[in-house]
Amino acid sequence: SSQVVWDMLGNRQFCSYKITTKTQNFCRNEYNLTGLCNRSSCPLANSQYATIREEKGRCYLYMKTIERAAFPRRLWERVLLSKNYEKALEEIDENLIYWPRFIRHKCKQRFTKITQYLIRIRKLTLKRQRKLVPLRRKIERREKRREEKALIAAQLDNAIEKELLERLKQDTYGDIYNFPIHAFDKALQQQDAESESESDAEKEDDDEDMDKREFVEADDSDLSDFEDMDKLETSSEEEQEEEEETEKKASHSKSKGKTPLKGPARRKRPYIEIEYEEETEPTTKTKAA
Amino acid sequence: GSAAEDGGPPAPERVLFPPTFSVSEIKNKQRRHFMFLRWKQQQRKEKLAARKKRRKEREALGDKAPPKAIPKTIENQRVYDETTVDPNDEEVAFDEATDEFAPYFNRQTVPKILITTSDRPRGRTVRFCEQLSTVIPNSHVYYRRGLALKRIIPQCIARDFTDLIVINEDRKIPNGLVLSHLPDGPTAHFRMSSVRLRKEIKRKGKEPTEHVPEVILNNFTTRLGHSVGRMFASLFPHDPQFIGRQVATFHNQRDYIFFRFHRYIFKSEKKVGIQELGPRFTLKLRSLQKGTFDSKFGEYEWIHKRREMDTSRRKFHL
Repeated sequence: SSQVVWDMLGNRQFCSYKITTKTQNFCRNEYNLTGLCNRSSCPLANSQYATIREEKGRCYLYMKTIERAAFPRRLWERVLLSKNYEKALEEIDENLIYWPRFIRHKCKQRFTKITQYLIRIRKLTLKRQRKLVPLRRKIERREKRREEKALIAAQLDNAIEKELLERLKQDTYGDIYNFPIHAFDKALQQQDAESESESDAEKEDDDEDMDKREFVEADDSDLSDFEDMDKLETSSEEEQEEEEETEKKASHSKSKGKTPLKGPARRKRPYIEIEYEEETEPTTKTKAA
Repeated sequence: GSAAEDGGPPAPERVLFPPTFSVSEIKNKQRRHFMFLRWKQQQRKEKLAARKKRRKEREALGDKAPPKAIPKTIENQRVYDETTVDPNDEEVAFDEATDEFAPYFNRQTVPKILITTSDRPRGRTVRFCEQLSTVIPNSHVYYRRGLALKRIIPQCIARDFTDLIVINEDRKIPNGLVLSHLPDGPTAHFRMSSVRLRKEIKRKGKEPTEHVPEVILNNFTTRLGHSVGRMFASLFPHDPQFIGRQVATFHNQRDYIFFRFHRYIFKSEKKVGIQELGPRFTLKLRSLQKGTFDSKFGEYEWIHKRREMDTSRRKFHL
């Protein structure tokens, strides 16, 4: 009669457990030993059949015999297998003694596979597992939009520039930068307070440099000349000039070629200064190569 | 008397208007759309006319004109947070002198950062980690080979690391950042978004150099914001090298922290030019934990609870 069952279900008519794919047929029956839809592995078409199934980490051997074919409730007999792999194999052997080779072999194979995946499960649960947190689409969209708007409202470049200028004003950078106007004001203040520090005088220099440059160009004088003139104008001590030069050198080397050059290129040449006490523009210039 | 009231229809109190229709009552969609457009145009015209009138009035009044109305922005309308830090607050100052960052701010410790990722990082995350380590001085990138964070942390402490950064990755893009101050310091968990690597930034400059950058922290007003800001500040060594002219900015706006890395140059006394180098990303704080990273038994100082905290559009926590 199992042959009849197979003829009907397996081959010709409809079997609800059967899944056909392009290359193979699968059997969805939970008691199926191999998972394929074959004459020898169909649990419906074989009156003597055995499977291994696992429940909550323990493996059981299920057996079906012809004698119980009339009693569906008692059809499948269940045997708990030992946790020890070898012992369990022996148990399978002893329960399925005198059974066809195919079923015995496939049972053992299935049991091996099951134990292997159980071991993997146990190993994985010990490691850290990624917790998957579902994203809520509406919320994600809302957050993204808010971020864009916050970015626009932040006006980052302006804020950073403002902050940097603030820091410059508050002198956190110290003596690295010397800027004309700011320094000129400071110089005025300090002159009023009658405590002339050297750095101010240098900055004064720069200021006058800028002015003088425009002025003197009309006279067609040489660049280096009015460099001298400027120094003659305001500085009163040579130390100041030296310091000024070193300052300028420092700012030059630091600028890495990115500073727009402050006026014409300054060439450092050794020269001797002659002091003049007049405030007006001196007509004579002296230079020593 | 009532006669002088309306002047038009002789009805006692109610004023009779001709029956107007509202645009939304037209059933035909095309016609409704057309009428709506017409109504919109009319509104715009009226608004323009009103604005012109106002401007004329202002010009006419000259100096006596009332001051211009300040437009309402979200920052203006922000719900006042009672934990806003007052700069002169003594309690806050005392707290900050005794919290976990005190040794850093007293210059007793030099920051040493360990940057790592989650398991099996993909190329983008790896490159981002490298770039981040060039931005933060004295930082090292280590490949995480399936190690548990709880076991890494004692090792890090033993090797004198002060901070641990873990960049979490999902589907090949970094999307989370865990910043942990090591000798028993607070742990902050951020969600990271819009990560741009150096090559994706337009008009960028050359590589960031080895100089210690300056740090700018903007807009961290509340207590929570203050502690987060100090966490960021403690990543960088205390004395920036101004020669390098590099600045790292953490700008908080509406609870989003934007990170940028620039090189600046002072063109004149009133003008500064900045050029962006280095990666950029946005962070949003998700939780702040008191101790080091411990998801199960940690004591959370602050968790972002969406249902309670996101109810108002004008309320921000940082």
